Amino acid sequence: MSPPLADDDRPEIATPSFRFQWEEAQQAHVLLYPEGMVRLNPAAGAILQLCDGDREVREIIATLSAQFPDADLADDVHTFLETAIDNGWIRNR
Amino acid sequence: MDGSATDRPSLPLWLLAELTYKCPLQCPYCSNPVDFARYREELDTEDWIRVFRQARAMGATQLGFSGGEPLTRRDLEVLIAEARSLGFYTNLITSGVGMDEARIAAFREAGLDHIQVSFQASTEELNNYIAGTDAFRHKMEMARLVKAYGYPMVLCFVLHRGNEAQVGDILELAISLEADYVELATAQYYGWAWHNRDYLMPTRAQLEAAERVAHQYQERLRGRMKIFYVVPDYFEDRPKACMNGWGSIFLTIAPDGTALPCHSARSLPGLSFPNVREHSIEWIWKDSPAFNRFRGFDWMKAPCKTCPERFKDFGGCRCQAYLLTGDPENADPVCSLSPHHHRILEAAQVAELRTEPADEVPVVFRNTINSKALSSKEG
Repeated sequence: MSPPLADDDRPEIATPSFRFQWEEAQQAHVLLYPEGMVRLNPAAGAILQLCDGDREVREIIATLSAQFPDADLADDVHTFLETAIDNGWIRNR
Repeated sequence: MDGSATDRPSLPLWLLAELTYKCPLQCPYCSNPVDFARYREELDTEDWIRVFRQARAMGATQLGFSGGEPLTRRDLEVLIAEARSLGFYTNLITSGVGMDEARIAAFREAGLDHIQVSFQASTEELNNYIAGTDAFRHKMEMARLVKAYGYPMVLCFVLHRGNEAQVGDILELAISLEADYVELATAQYYGWAWHNRDYLMPTRAQLEAAERVAHQYQERLRGRMKIFYVVPDYFEDRPKACMNGWGSIFLTIAPDGTALPCHSARSLPGLSFPNVREHSIEWIWKDSPAFNRFRGFDWMKAPCKTCPERFKDFGGCRCQAYLLTGDPENADPVCSLSPHHHRILEAAQVAELRTEPADEVPVVFRNTINSKALSSKEG
């Protein structure tokens, strides 16, 4: 099991096994991996879109908070990133 | 993959491109049709590229290059490059025979995302017997190269009576080759495996032992290697949701361009499957009579017709219903509610009572001579 991400970690999509892309026909972001696919809900898609290996976790939270000022997102983002790292979707750069 | 939700129209998310029926191996559980020798006219490069474009526009995301042995196609590099540029996640499903380092590098260059290598057993002797060719050492070498070139690698082992006891050794082999995923799938009895059912069918005790070992390794390797253990449906009392429902997410294109809702569907009677030489993928998926034949629930007979579980399993597998009951509209006889369920139990019972060693049970290897012989027998 991987340790949880700290605020100054820089998550990125775990290529080459996983690929993240927008699917027009599904109107959703998806994660593609060997012989499989995860269709992401809009919140998960918005978070993973920012996991580019450059942004720190705190910047990801700040960016999303600017987009959705009414929500307190920090806990939700941390929870999702933990799930994502446990599933092998992302890694710390 | 999901995609069966009723709030969204069905999309052909999974495109299986069976590029050829040619194969240097002779595995007696091959999923190709028994009469494959009849189909000689393969689609050309341009046909396949048109298929990829049309399917991608319809929402297809996963593309499996399969066969036969897809490496026998000399245009594979071109097809991979085209598919990758269209945004597909590209999977090469191969025996490794026909592969070398130069091609592995060329596929990487073309953008191939993943390679699945099949093995027949954990030992050279059994592997080569089942494959009908001396392939084991070459497969080992190719699997190492696949990892050395940075691909995610799936190793696929079809399990049966002859190798079910090897599961521990198989998983040790997979660990030593640094596989990312391992598929342990007990042979399902269609096509060639149907003709070899008595040879392949394990006993319940064998299965349970194999499953225990697989689960131990799953625990131990959590987070490092994913192990999929597929329970054979003959030992269940409810059917699998075959293909996630007919015409729901899977689209197979056979080497001659025939479009199929699954790679076994060709064996079903009374259906005329459309060909990509004559029709667009859009028409095939949305409008063709064959792809609509078993969609929804109106075609069902009792007991499926009123069964609350029909929304979950879609009545099981049409090919299995046909093979075991003679009517593809019947419930999959794996279901204990099927009036034909005893036929499943009887087949499993044959395996329990069998006493002769494996080499005394006749095996029909998958090759052109046997294909022609079986085709003429079945008319």
